[in-house]
Amino acid sequence: MASGSTTPIAATARAEASPLPGLIKDAGLFALVTLGLCVPIVSYRTDLGQGIGLVITSRWGTVFALCAAIFVLRFLQQLYLGGRDRRRAARAPIAVVEGASRLGAILAPITLGIALTLPLLAALGAGSLGEGRYWIDLGILILTYVMLGWGLNIVVGLAGLLDLGYVAFYAVGAYSYALLSTVFGLSFWVCLPMAGLFAAAFGVLLGFPVLRLRGDYLAIVTLAFGEIIRLVLINWTDFSGGSAGISSIPRVSFFGLPFTAGESGFAATFGLAFNPMHRLVFLYYLILVLALVTNLVTLRMRRLPLGRAWEALREDEIACRSLGIDTTITKLTAFALGAMFAGFAGSFFAVRQAFVSPESFNFLESAIILAIVVLGGMGSQIGVAIAAIVMVGGPELLRNLGFLKAVFGEGFDPNEYRLLLFGLAMVAMMVFRPRGLISERTPSVTIAERGR
Amino acid sequence: MEFFAQQFINGLTLGSIYGLIAIGYTMVFGIIGMVNFAHGDVFMVSAFIALIAFLILTTWLGLSSVALVFLIVLVVAMVLTALWGWAIERVAYRPLRGSFRLAPLISAIGVSIFLSNFVQVVQGARNKPVPPLVRDVIVLYQNEQYTVTLSYKQAIIMVTTAVLLAGFWYLVQKTPFGRAQRAVEQDRRMAALLGINVDRTISLTFVLGAALAAVAGTLYLLYYGVVSFSDGFVPGVKAFTAAVLGGIGSLPGAVIGGIIIGLIETFWSAYFSIEYKDVAAFLILIVVLIFKPSGILGRPEVEKV
Amino acid sequence: MTLAAGPTRLATVKDEPLAAMPGGPADPVLIVDHLTMRFGGLTAVNDLSFKVGRGDITALIGPNGAGKTTVFNCITGFYKPTEGMIRLVQKGGETYMLERLPGHDVNRLARVARTFQNIRLFPRMTVLENLLVAMHKPLMRASGFSILGILGLPAYRSAEKAGIDKAAAWLDRIGLTARADDAAGDLPYGDQRRLEIARAMCTDPVLLCLDEPAAGLNPRESSELNTLLRLIRDEYDTSVLLIEHDMSVVMQISDRIVVLDYGIKIADGTPDDIRTDTRVIAAYLGVDDEEVAAVEAEVGLTGTQA
Repeated sequence: MASGSTTPIAATARAEASPLPGLIKDAGLFALVTLGLCVPIVSYRTDLGQGIGLVITSRWGTVFALCAAIFVLRFLQQLYLGGRDRRRAARAPIAVVEGASRLGAILAPITLGIALTLPLLAALGAGSLGEGRYWIDLGILILTYVMLGWGLNIVVGLAGLLDLGYVAFYAVGAYSYALLSTVFGLSFWVCLPMAGLFAAAFGVLLGFPVLRLRGDYLAIVTLAFGEIIRLVLINWTDFSGGSAGISSIPRVSFFGLPFTAGESGFAATFGLAFNPMHRLVFLYYLILVLALVTNLVTLRMRRLPLGRAWEALREDEIACRSLGIDTTITKLTAFALGAMFAGFAGSFFAVRQAFVSPESFNFLESAIILAIVVLGGMGSQIGVAIAAIVMVGGPELLRNLGFLKAVFGEGFDPNEYRLLLFGLAMVAMMVFRPRGLISERTPSVTIAERGR
Repeated sequence: MEFFAQQFINGLTLGSIYGLIAIGYTMVFGIIGMVNFAHGDVFMVSAFIALIAFLILTTWLGLSSVALVFLIVLVVAMVLTALWGWAIERVAYRPLRGSFRLAPLISAIGVSIFLSNFVQVVQGARNKPVPPLVRDVIVLYQNEQYTVTLSYKQAIIMVTTAVLLAGFWYLVQKTPFGRAQRAVEQDRRMAALLGINVDRTISLTFVLGAALAAVAGTLYLLYYGVVSFSDGFVPGVKAFTAAVLGGIGSLPGAVIGGIIIGLIETFWSAYFSIEYKDVAAFLILIVVLIFKPSGILGRPEVEKV
Repeated sequence: MTLAAGPTRLATVKDEPLAAMPGGPADPVLIVDHLTMRFGGLTAVNDLSFKVGRGDITALIGPNGAGKTTVFNCITGFYKPTEGMIRLVQKGGETYMLERLPGHDVNRLARVARTFQNIRLFPRMTVLENLLVAMHKPLMRASGFSILGILGLPAYRSAEKAGIDKAAAWLDRIGLTARADDAAGDLPYGDQRRLEIARAMCTDPVLLCLDEPAAGLNPRESSELNTLLRLIRDEYDTSVLLIEHDMSVVMQISDRIVVLDYGIKIADGTPDDIRTDTRVIAAYLGVDDEEVAAVEAEVGLTGTQA
């Protein structure tokens, strides 16, 4: 087995020098390995039958289609890459970087413009606010991930700490609001800052003992911490309502004015006709403001000594220590600040859903946020925003495209493939563009500022 | 006491499975210093391969000899999972040597997400049950209140684990491959200069790790009789905990760690609360990493300035 | 002596070990006293005592594996010595026991800065940012530990501007002004070495420890380095301790030389003393003391050669 499977390495090496026949042979080997991998996991599908046991169906057609696809993809990849060293491709030629950063400079204001006017655009595009509901909902979903991505970006992108339990702080924020509002009747506007503080406190609590661990151990410990929080939420029924979660959480108000049809409601006070969409639009702008605050604070922090120390820490921890920087405290601040924004986002999640349950805070959620940060180019703010739009909004939009159903059959749901693609994209990103789609780093300060 | 003995047997069985998975983590960490986050999902894939092989053998080919079925399933699962292990290393990890520190771990997380969702897409999200292969039990001790039993399943699991570990131990200690592996572990560049094929040694390490995970996957299926696409994550983290507890990089450590985790989990469930059994494993992981990251048999790491 | 870790003022015991260790500079900035460092069974440094004079350039030399970098790592807080004391005496007489300080406080409080044998810059950050990171302590204070800074108060702005001015002055001095906004990792090797020294100097150190600063430099860069080190000694209140293999650098700029071999001090004195010391020659040539005379005759070494 082992000796047989080492041949493709040699074949790859040869293929880079040799023309067509070599390429075909190389792609053929890839297809052959794919065939091996598909047996039996793709070729035979198991389903629960009528009786007790499982029923097997063979699907060799799918397998051969997959092998053919891999063959073509590999062939094209080799053809285009030619003999070019893959490592050089990973380092990104200057032209591409400049192109990407210019693209970022154009995309940022456009994205912001659309974000600011989305409810209006949705209303105009769909005919009325009510019919634009889908778009506003989607906007809220995307912005929540943008905010989480930006928050995690402080920890992963700037400070270089791989946090696999970020969703735990999101959960702390969500449950803070859910419990404080249902048990003590506190309003959202009181709970929001408290949720952030609680989450930050949890960040400090966890961070203090673990932040001196080496990178990958830290990642695993944060993962374990995230799972513990989730398991406690599931099992400590008296406190959190267990797997059933907490429902009928109070809705958001317009700084005290409820979004109701009554006399004292928002619409009546401002002399508007009552429309249930007002609350949704308000929620949309709320998460937009929260996300922009996250962004603003991050950009400011980068210019401050603490933010610069985070980046220095990511580059070389030992050098930092030799320059008198307390690495534990510095990491802790990044961890706590990232956690705080997750806490804000969490309490927003709770007020929007009016329901929280441990289901929403599993490891996959952490992985999705991490994928957004990684794909966006760790450290790049606009990159993270674009990654969130593409990865969260993309499958939603694809679902409504009719022709995909025509090609792949009626039961086709792109959301099923979403995580599969997330995983593939993370690997591809690390292999081909480890610095992310937008890998340009803007200096936090330039010598020109000397004259100011 | 009888209850304790019964739990001890159960814990040992579970621990054998964790130990087999943990070896994959510990070997890969030893040789290239990365946490192969996807290893738990490789284990899950192997359980699926075993499941399908089992169904084909029993329902289509009508084999009825338990020993033969078990043996064929085991070998098929090992071979095909080894191919997965090889392909994953080749595609997702090898190009990253020399990339930045966290790149391999991020890539491994990507592979892990991919594998579990790939299986979900191709095999569906429902649990997959199989009829029990063996039901017999050996009664070890009996009194009027309580019976201590060792089921054939448990016996098979322990014997298989022990036999494979012995063979594996021989491979790593006594063969040229084992020597090459230890050389690469200590100094990759020097090993290459001395004519060791480093790429092949690393590939083989992944292949072996995956094959042992396949043994664990087959035994897991045999023991629990059910598998689902999400079954890689928690056993994976527990096996990683076992590897860390035993001292990551140490092979006997991985097995000892696996057995300890299996015992703790079983006793915790039996005497405290079954709900918090996963919390126990995660807590052990955190505590060990914070207070003794070198584990029971590992060597402490000296910071290089 | 049983005080807890932290900046310990030891005005009363200050003179004691000085008397116990005769010779050496009269006004030391660093006193290494009976330093021993063991790694498992290996003794890398064995009962080493020496002093670094204030305002001097002191060189620590010795064959490969003599334990020089280990001494550095003990002084700069990366290793905790197995035995012995390392004291830093600041100008006002404040004394810090370096072996008791947590790693970063060796720089932050005791103001000992260092460079590394294999350069440790922040490669993706710009040259200017590298220097600003070194001013972490004063800038952090000026930004109100980020709280005032995040609100954008002017007090921080002026502090930042002062920091940039200071960095710019250092960039002028090491000739890197034109590359201030380039990533540090893109600089040529020699420039990276100078930048690392400038970065260490931006922490306003009392003692600057340089680990093989001339390694890999060409003769021109090497002489530029000499100039830079002399400038640091003459124009700043910074004493220099350096490890170096390049004897032309060592002999030209050192005021004092300490020679290590197998973790033991075999000589300590001015460059002229060291040049003629038979044990040093033996250590470098790898022969026994008795054979040194023969070897010296053989290679025509007369003791006056540079």
